[in-house]
Amino acid sequence: MILALVEHDRGKPNPLSLEALTFGRRLAERADVPLHAVLIGSEARPLADLSAAYGASMVHLVTHERLADFAPAAWAQSVVEVVDAVAPEAVLGAGSDRGNEVMAHVAAKIGLAMAANCVEVEPREPYVVTRLRWGGSLLEEARLEGVPKLLTVAPHAVAAEEVSAAGEPAVETLTPALEDEDLRVRVMGRTEAAEGRVSLPEARVVVGGGRGVGSADGFAMLEELASLLGGTVGVSRVVTSLGWRPHAEQVGQTGTRIAPDLYIACGISGAIQHMVGCKAAKQILAINTDPEAPMVAKADYAVIGDLRAVVPAVITEIKKALDG
Amino acid sequence: MNVLVCVKRVPATGGRITLTPDEQEIDTRFLGFTVSPHEECAVEEAVRLIEAHGGTSVVLTLGPSVAEEQLRDALAMGIGEAILLQTDGREWDPIATANAIVDVVRSREAAGMAFDLLLFGNEAADTGDYQIGIRVAHVLGLPCVAGIKALEVRGGAAVAQREADGGREIFEVSLPAVFAVKEGINLPRYPSVPGRLKAKKKEIHRIVPEKRGGGLEKVRLKLPEEQQGEVEILGSGPEAAPRVVEVLQRLGIVPS
Ligand SMILES: Cc1cc2nc3c(=O)[nH]c(=O)nc-3n(C[C@H](O)[C@H](O)[C@H](O)COP(=O)(O)OP(=O)(O)OC[C@H]3O[C@@H](n4cnc5c(N)ncnc54)[C@H](O)[C@@H]3O)c2cc1C
Ligand SMILES: Nc1ncnc2c1ncn2[C@@H]1O[C@H](COP(=O)(O)O)[C@@H](O)[C@H]1O
Repeated sequence: MILALVEHDRGKPNPLSLEALTFGRRLAERADVPLHAVLIGSEARPLADLSAAYGASMVHLVTHERLADFAPAAWAQSVVEVVDAVAPEAVLGAGSDRGNEVMAHVAAKIGLAMAANCVEVEPREPYVVTRLRWGGSLLEEARLEGVPKLLTVAPHAVAAEEVSAAGEPAVETLTPALEDEDLRVRVMGRTEAAEGRVSLPEARVVVGGGRGVGSADGFAMLEELASLLGGTVGVSRVVTSLGWRPHAEQVGQTGTRIAPDLYIACGISGAIQHMVGCKAAKQILAINTDPEAPMVAKADYAVIGDLRAVVPAVITEIKKALDG
Repeated sequence: MNVLVCVKRVPATGGRITLTPDEQEIDTRFLGFTVSPHEECAVEEAVRLIEAHGGTSVVLTLGPSVAEEQLRDALAMGIGEAILLQTDGREWDPIATANAIVDVVRSREAAGMAFDLLLFGNEAADTGDYQIGIRVAHVLGLPCVAGIKALEVRGGAAVAQREADGGREIFEVSLPAVFAVKEGINLPRYPSVPGRLKAKKKEIHRIVPEKRGGGLEKVRLKLPEEQQGEVEILGSGPEAAPRVVEVLQRLGIVPS
């Protein structure tokens, strides 16, 4: 049997978990075994039907009075107890922050290897997995040992897909033996997101700025362009390292992943660590003085020239179009 | 207060990656080397902690002899001591790496120099395993907060924050503890010239680590398929603006 961890935040499912369930179901079909899901905390109870809709024939609901909010080691202990009870051949999590973290704790507790961010799995003995390196700029084929196999599924390795004839899932409830140690790290407080700002991962248009913008002040025109287009500003690492803009705006391997309809990359060379952050953009427009810049080669449209002249001209032209 | 920070030497790849013919490594003949931005921030955080609270900071790497370069970079930023767990350069898997780091932590403890904070990057730049800090914490029986973007130490405890859905989650743990750091927690300093000179002269403690454990083994590297497509050059300089707006209209971003 394949076991998939369905991740949630206070009852709200992470969509990446539905991809992990889909990935798990296909793996289970190939190995001709069932797919089970594990849900942690009583707030997750309503997600049993959702898990079934994505292919789980059975749901293990782990509840405990001390499982109130996210606590990585306690979640891991919950998974470990389900593993002990049902002996799966593989356990899958989502390749999200929490998914990778909880699965690493599971692996540390059981004392087995864990492969993060897999895009393909060949269920032989040992498993041969293909996983992301360098945030996805490179792939690695690796052998993964151990029983069970522990892995996470890279974001968007598959599209989440409901099954056609999902039945009522059987729900098995379990209470883990949590130690104080498992609850040393748990969410003890929160600050909520600021309202009303266009969030970078969800923006339809992102206007990106790199070293070519030249200064912190140079971003005023990018701000203006972004707001005209109902979008937001994103930046390269050089820009955050120079202190021109906050890291929250950084796009790339160690920043944010964006998926806009249009990414306007101004004065950004297109290093691979930047490109993994914007490869989900539907269209890229590059504005760069260098026709040989990798960003220009990877773009759909490009303007060759100094962004300090091009961007204001584009702003003027957009205003004309909007007034016209 | 004693702080350990762990870094990993990786190639500084630019616009594209080329593999060696045996598909085992990135071709690094024309590349420099660096550490992950997360780790650079972890180094900066360690330096700031010692500046604020006093004590010693130690940087550690497991890697080939030339990884000395990355240790010296950290020393130049203000770290006090450096340890090189010297290998033949072949990759060690996360369990083996974590065990080797644990050995160092334990021997420091036995020598009366136990660490109060162990700082890691959230994930290594190259392998992105997302686990070594957590494994080290687990073997040592310490709490671990991963993915942190803020850290404040008060007495024997630390408050750490991480991002979630645009907001922040707050964790409080007592020390000693392990933290896996994300870029953005601070803005790392550029090493000063005197800092660099001092770092050059410092001794690097070289240790040959014992390799224990494994279970995740690289078979080969592969380049992902490139998205094929032609770029349409809209023109040069500001004269291209009308064509840009045509494209924006075609894409439905500007109403036509
Ligand atoms: C492990 C690791 C992780 C990393 N993570 C990230 C990440 O998350 N995000 C990220 O962005 N980078 C990341 N980097 C850094 C990355 O490798 C590059 O250094 C960085 O993206 C380069 O930023 P840039 O394009 O702004 O600067 P440069 O590479 O210096 O490029 C500047 C570009 O601007 C153009 N230009 C100059 N002047 C003008 C002008 N007046 N008008 C128009 N064009 C002009 C130039 O032709 C050039 O193409 C990472 C690196 C490593 C090693
Ligand atoms: N070879 C190494 N030497 C020292 N520290 C390492 C090494 N590999 C990984 N680390 C540390 O562990 C963190 C997480 O790595 P990983 O779990 O491999 O993604 C890194 O950011 C480093 O801080």
